[in-house]
Amino acid sequence: MSQHKASRFLGAGLTQVILAGYTILALFPIALIIINSFKSRGAIFDNPLALPTSETFSLIGFQKVLKESHFTLYFGNSLTVTITSLVLILLFGAMAAWALSEYKFKGSRILTLFFAFGIMVPIRLGTVSILKLMVSLSLVNTLTALILVYVAQGLPLAIMILSEFMQQIPKELKEAARCDGVGEFKIFFQVILPLIRPAVATVAVFTMVPIWNDLWFPLILAPGDSTQTVTLGVQQFIGQYVTNWNAVLASLTLAVLPVLVMYVFFSRQLIRGITAGAVK
Amino acid sequence: MKRKFPWHIVVFLAPAFLIYLVFSAWPLIDTLRLGFFTTNDNGSQTWAGLANYHSLLFDPLWSEGFWNAMKNNCKFFLVHMCIQNPLGLLLAALLSMRGVKFAKGYQTAIFLPTLLSVVIIGFIWQLILSPLWGVSEKLLGLVHLDSLFQPFLGQEETALYTLSAMSVWQFVGIPMMLIYAALIAIPDEIIEAAYVEGASAWRIFWTIRVPLILPTLGLTTILTFVGNFNAFDLIYSVKGALAGPNFSTDILGTYFYRAFFGYQSQIGSPTMGAAVATLMFLVILFGVGVYFYFIQRKLQRFSF
Repeated sequence: MSQHKASRFLGAGLTQVILAGYTILALFPIALIIINSFKSRGAIFDNPLALPTSETFSLIGFQKVLKESHFTLYFGNSLTVTITSLVLILLFGAMAAWALSEYKFKGSRILTLFFAFGIMVPIRLGTVSILKLMVSLSLVNTLTALILVYVAQGLPLAIMILSEFMQQIPKELKEAARCDGVGEFKIFFQVILPLIRPAVATVAVFTMVPIWNDLWFPLILAPGDSTQTVTLGVQQFIGQYVTNWNAVLASLTLAVLPVLVMYVFFSRQLIRGITAGAVK
Repeated sequence: MKRKFPWHIVVFLAPAFLIYLVFSAWPLIDTLRLGFFTTNDNGSQTWAGLANYHSLLFDPLWSEGFWNAMKNNCKFFLVHMCIQNPLGLLLAALLSMRGVKFAKGYQTAIFLPTLLSVVIIGFIWQLILSPLWGVSEKLLGLVHLDSLFQPFLGQEETALYTLSAMSVWQFVGIPMMLIYAALIAIPDEIIEAAYVEGASAWRIFWTIRVPLILPTLGLTTILTFVGNFNAFDLIYSVKGALAGPNFSTDILGTYFYRAFFGYQSQIGSPTMGAAVATLMFLVILFGVGVYFYFIQRKLQRFSF
């Protein structure tokens, strides 16, 4: 019996070692960049693993980034694109999901398949024609172009997640409203839409992160200086200042910190959203 | 009695349908069509039949690059399959055990890199592996392995594997989360029953839990496949469009980009780009087809 206990103790210890070890491996590179972005150039090279001290502390990299690039503008662009896309994906996705899961009509199966196709096939493969289309609509170098593409990219998965969710809404709720003579639009906007709030987290996780982080479409559709997103802006900035270590580290830190802060606040909801989405 | 035309259904569907059709479905169809055309010097496009595909697959000028990118992309995928997904399974299995201290904390930390942009991750690792900065050499020195240090990203033999490892490091959180969710969804009674019968934890894991999560393992495989054969950002931000050294890190995404926009002396061609995109589409379609027709269909019988 004691042998059994000992092996269990050993097992628990080994589990902790593996998990803690991998956690360090996951966090170390990010921490290293952030720590060194607050140090002077000399200190970055002399002792990269040390925390900044009062002598080595320096904000010169951040000053350089904020002076030489329009970082706040890029940040605003990313924010505009991501939030607008998310709102449109949620609204249009919920409307379509409602139509597909609530009403039986001719072609509903084909439409569902048509949307499902977009979950697996990356929208990137249509880039040649998307660029052609954006040129003919004169939308190149506008945030609108990015938003339109991201909404098209996000809709298929959103429709699938929201349809699953809507099928669980009790029938009585809608039937009661219908008996009272409430119109179909009112049922959707006043009864159904408020009910899908729990699914919003799941949809948001799966659509926001790829949009915020995308390099491909900003690079191709909106590379102009006034429409760059953070991801593209950082990529271009580092390409230009490769040898200025302070500036490179600072720009990486500026790109990481907002995500880190958001994650500290929302990681619980986010992880719950993923787990809930994954089980289905 | 004739029923009223259901206008409300049309209104509900129209916005999503139109945006998806115009900016996703139609461009894809148009790309497949453009692959059969060729771009003339004056920019006009004329029908060329299968000429683009013939060049890509057989004309050394194009095909060498294409097959090289294809081969590298397969290696990139294999590294993910052999390291990322087993590692994800291991971490998920450990996290889902009962009474593991700090499990939530570990899970949160390990998932963090997946939320960051591939571009950022690429640059972070580029700095860490840089011989100029010497951080990795110093770290290896702590365990007396500094002789192993090489400029991993600069050598033809190691660059692709190093980039694959960076990508694995970033994305291991995704299989970990998916598998974790599937593992905790297994009803406790099944596991209890096996314990009562005297089965060891090891045996329970391989003969009960793994078979029950096979659908999730299939899903992670296909997600990895699609993600890998569509990758671009990491290679582009670390190695540029030329995917050096000497194209040793070139994958289909970067090859597509060069065919479309051109590089150095070669002029970009939208129609050649469309042909490369079509081949990528066929590769992805093949993967998704295999998944649905063989794996998914077989696995459904096991799911509960």
